[in-house]
Amino acid sequence: MLGRTAVWAVRPPYDFMEWLRQMVRVGWDSIPVVFLTTLFTGMVLALQTYNGFARFHAESFIGSVVALSLTRELAPVLTALMVTGRVGSAMAAEIGSMRVTEQIDALTALGTEPVQFLIVPRVIAAISMLPLLVIMGDAVGMYGGYLVAVQLLGANPVVYIDNSFQFLHVREDVVSGLVKAAAFGGIFALIACVRGYYTEGGAEGVGQSTTSAVVSGSLTILVTDFFLTKLLY
Amino acid sequence: MEAIRKGPAPQKDAAPKLEARDLHKAFGPKVVLDGISFSVAPAESLVIVGPSGTGKSVLLKHLIGLLRPDSGTVLVDSQDFWALDALAQSKVRQKFGMSFQEGALFDSMSVFDNVAFPLRRSRRSPSEIRDRVKECLDIVHLPDVSEKRPSELSGGMRRRVGFARAIAREPEILLFDEPNTGLDPIMTDVIDESILEMRRRLRASIVTITHNIPSARKIGDRIALLFGGKILFQAPPAEFLKSDNPAVRQFVEGTAEGPLTVEGDERRSEGA
Repeated sequence: MLGRTAVWAVRPPYDFMEWLRQMVRVGWDSIPVVFLTTLFTGMVLALQTYNGFARFHAESFIGSVVALSLTRELAPVLTALMVTGRVGSAMAAEIGSMRVTEQIDALTALGTEPVQFLIVPRVIAAISMLPLLVIMGDAVGMYGGYLVAVQLLGANPVVYIDNSFQFLHVREDVVSGLVKAAAFGGIFALIACVRGYYTEGGAEGVGQSTTSAVVSGSLTILVTDFFLTKLLY
Repeated sequence: MEAIRKGPAPQKDAAPKLEARDLHKAFGPKVVLDGISFSVAPAESLVIVGPSGTGKSVLLKHLIGLLRPDSGTVLVDSQDFWALDALAQSKVRQKFGMSFQEGALFDSMSVFDNVAFPLRRSRRSPSEIRDRVKECLDIVHLPDVSEKRPSELSGGMRRRVGFARAIAREPEILLFDEPNTGLDPIMTDVIDESILEMRRRLRASIVTITHNIPSARKIGDRIALLFGGKILFQAPPAEFLKSDNPAVRQFVEGTAEGPLTVEGDERRSEGA
């Protein structure tokens, strides 16, 4: 299916309106979920690091730890998992119910390739939108860490900000996080679409496809995360 | 008299528009099609009848290439469908219009967008598309539903919108999968009238699947009985209804005893 999706992605006609519609669903509509996830992750990260680092008087490094953990690891992975739950499940359910109500057969019968019409826009939207969500997540998470460290724990704001950016390398940390995000986007969307596409057996089948899209999507993201991290750093 | 009411006369001497040649298909151990051959002449209307679960829908999906036969093939205008590459197959499919059992309308789109869908993929201006959608909805007698969503329509209306979508691109071959199953007798007749109206306008070859004998009689030039993966009998409606063939008699009269009754009756549900 990866090969078929790639082939149909470059073949005309290009349905840009549908691409855009999917981008809004994957990207724009996920902003609240990703915002809250990364905000609280940044906050709890600052809190936990403070508790640990205070034991050997290294509180000034909270900012660095928060920034590095978020950009390299937590923002991409948590964003991908949340979006898999939110959008991946919807993709599998939508395509699955199209399968069981013969809408996918109808597409083929009308001379439209279902892979091109249904799967390509979703995969493209996920690959392009996840990095943007992660950029936002990086910023929001670091702000959450700042809030806790400065407002709650009384850290010096200037030192905190200084420390946050001192050890943060754009290419090595931020960009590699975004590359991971794009890969995760492709993975979850493709898995969700394939699960939906091969749905069998009515409403129960749609339920199974949806569950399996989220479970296998999330697991694949976590496994791929390890190998991509090994490869990228 | 009946022939005039039904529409254009089939061109039986011309090369067949659509031909099934020795189709075999099995799903696991279950043999669904067991050597089916028939042909449909240009402008001819063939109705395939048979008990539920005998693979009528599976046969129809083979005709348009939604399912691939295990052996045998389908010829459209004497062209072997399965000898073509994917793009050429897609082109051949554009000669078809197919209506599905429950309409299979795209529920994320309005009725207008459903009917316009096949038109948008051909080079037509927005005003041409609008006019054609209106024309198609008029043919199926649903002029005022274009802004509605499929979920707001009744079963009969959904099927007629499915018809409108199927004829939008003026196909040369029309396939109807159980067009009136589950509808009341009046709506059944409305659907039959729509099919005849489309036939008159398009002069297309038509293959309809049904288990409704009055409908088959009304819309068909020829009726074929499908059972056990084979075509047991085929004839023009008058001859079909008068036939002495025991299987035909059992189906026409609707009796439980006879050659069509399956021991322990483990039929799959229709359309599976």
